[in-house]
Amino acid sequence: MIEFSTQTKKKLEECLTHYPTRQAALLPTLWLAQEEFGTVTLEVMEYVAGLLDISPAHVYSVATFYTMFHLKPVGKYHLQVCRTLSCALMGGERILDHLKKRLGIEEGEVTPNGKFSLCAVECLASCGTAPAMMINEKYYENLDVQKVEKILDELK
Amino acid sequence: MALVLTNRVGLKDSHTLEVYKKTGGYASVEKLFAMEPGTVIEEVKSSGLRGRGGAGFSCGLKWSFVPQNIGKPVYLCVNADESEPGTFKDRLLLEEDPHQLIEGIVIACYAIRSTTAYIYIRGEFDLSYRRIEQAVKEAYQAGFLGKNIFGKKYDLNVTVHRGAGAYICGEETALLNSLEGKKGEPRIKPPFPAVAGLFGCPTIVNNVETLSALPFIINEGALAYRKWGTEKSPGTKLFSVSGHVVRPGTYEVPLGYPLKDLIYKDCGGIPDGKKLKAVIPGGSSVPVLTAEEAEKTFLDYESIAQYGSMLGSGGVMVMDEDVDMVWALRNLSRFYAHESCGQCTPCREGTGWVDKILQRVLNGGGTLEDLALLKEISDNMMGKTICVLADSIAMPVLSFIKKFPADFERYVRSHSAGGKMRILG
Ligand SMILES: Cc1cc2nc3c(=O)[nH]c(=O)nc-3n(C[C@H](O)[C@H](O)[C@H](O)COP(=O)(O)O)c2cc1C
Ligand code: SF4
Ligand code: FES
Repeated sequence: MIEFSTQTKKKLEECLTHYPTRQAALLPTLWLAQEEFGTVTLEVMEYVAGLLDISPAHVYSVATFYTMFHLKPVGKYHLQVCRTLSCALMGGERILDHLKKRLGIEEGEVTPNGKFSLCAVECLASCGTAPAMMINEKYYENLDVQKVEKILDELK
Repeated sequence: MALVLTNRVGLKDSHTLEVYKKTGGYASVEKLFAMEPGTVIEEVKSSGLRGRGGAGFSCGLKWSFVPQNIGKPVYLCVNADESEPGTFKDRLLLEEDPHQLIEGIVIACYAIRSTTAYIYIRGEFDLSYRRIEQAVKEAYQAGFLGKNIFGKKYDLNVTVHRGAGAYICGEETALLNSLEGKKGEPRIKPPFPAVAGLFGCPTIVNNVETLSALPFIINEGALAYRKWGTEKSPGTKLFSVSGHVVRPGTYEVPLGYPLKDLIYKDCGGIPDGKKLKAVIPGGSSVPVLTAEEAEKTFLDYESIAQYGSMLGSGGVMVMDEDVDMVWALRNLSRFYAHESCGQCTPCREGTGWVDKILQRVLNGGGTLEDLALLKEISDNMMGKTICVLADSIAMPVLSFIKKFPADFERYVRSHSAGGKMRILG
């Protein structure tokens, strides 16, 4: 059985005061769950459903609708490379190709040591500093292959 | 150019309450509370401020649709979901001047008699999120939010709500569903949110940039705002310029500004002495302009419409002579196929079909019939769905094929001749 820590439970209580229905706290609760458990598994979804008095099926439909909830484990460093037009115009496709080769994984995969995972995402609103990617929640912009190499070297 | 919205951009610690107050922040409040809410709506109406989220609808007019005294709370939802490809202006306002947005929220809520606002912010935004959270906290501590704000008999609560990755949640009714803890699926309109929105109550959804213009309008008055822009498109607007220009970035210019000047003067022109080929002027959802059209048009809602495009969100994507328009369009079709919420058949199927056909053309397997098919599918997508996401790819498809026929025919012809395709990019 999984359960939120006391601290997270407090956060959830506070969060619930901001909405007239418990269901409205679903996205914030899924964020809390992801922070605490790393992935949003079926077990997590059921737990969240219980906390908010909604059906597990509803939680499932929501958790799978959005792209930012990790339904399966990601690496310690989760690389999300923008593939949309402004980045592509500035060579974004090369960044993604390079990362695939360098890490030896395809989009949606994790390196065997669990350190890196890679995926392509849509416009990150960094089009003026393209090409762009995110590593965990941090933005990296104006990328080229050398810069990517340097960034990877610095990640321990 | 700093005019209305970007005066604090680049100032050290511009995001803090201290700097905001020192530079004239929250000055509109005294004036605001001396006015009747209805008068505030009239002032904003006469400023001519139009929604900067994409549709360009009169802000004051939209506010006036909120029914009063029906015994239900009224909500303000701030659209900070900025996900339209090519657009990165709201991020700048959130990161650099979050208090200007909060002051705008105070004005809007007072005008529509709302005591609860939600800021729906795109899940990927981390710095923006931290900045706006911090600013809201500071505002509560200073008594600018919460109970009896600014010492007046008026309560206002603001909650920052994080999205979780879905372009469609920027559509206002999808945003409302998402806020209610549901999938981000757009709702059938009517009823419009102003009448029945969040939790079934009257709701106004406004874009970050729209709200950020309000402190200026209340401080200086509608006429001062009309100093800039044209009769029908008054004021200033942010344009985020990306792609092939020397100095990409976000620029604030008066509406009616020549697109040519934005590209060649402000942004330093096209790099490496190359020629301009095409410009998408208002975010990826609007029809493309040829170089010739782009060099002639002005950046206001009416001028751009004359060239068959739209001002949209102000995301200007610039493409030089080397860009293959089939490749560019296919990049966009993949985006829309990925982002369709799937409720409407013409959109769910249409976006997928358009994407697959373009992929086939790009890979050298296309025929002349494919171009006709693309047009037919697009015609069958437009105006037939719950929201305009379907139109947002249908319009680019039709305009790309119409304005750059040579790019498309080149692929198709070499295929018919058994030639191998060349893929640029
Ligand atoms: C598919 C789609 C995506 C949209 N995305 C955004 C967005 O990210 N940000 C935004 O402010 N408006 C977006 N809009 C427009 C909103 O529906 C709405 O018109 C706007 O938030 C109203 O605010 P305004 O009147 O201040 O412009 C989108 C519309 C559609 C159809
Ligand atoms: S047009 Fe597309 S995105 Fe909009 S509601 Fe219909 S299926 Fe969803
Ligand atoms: S296209 Fe990559 S950040 Fe916008």
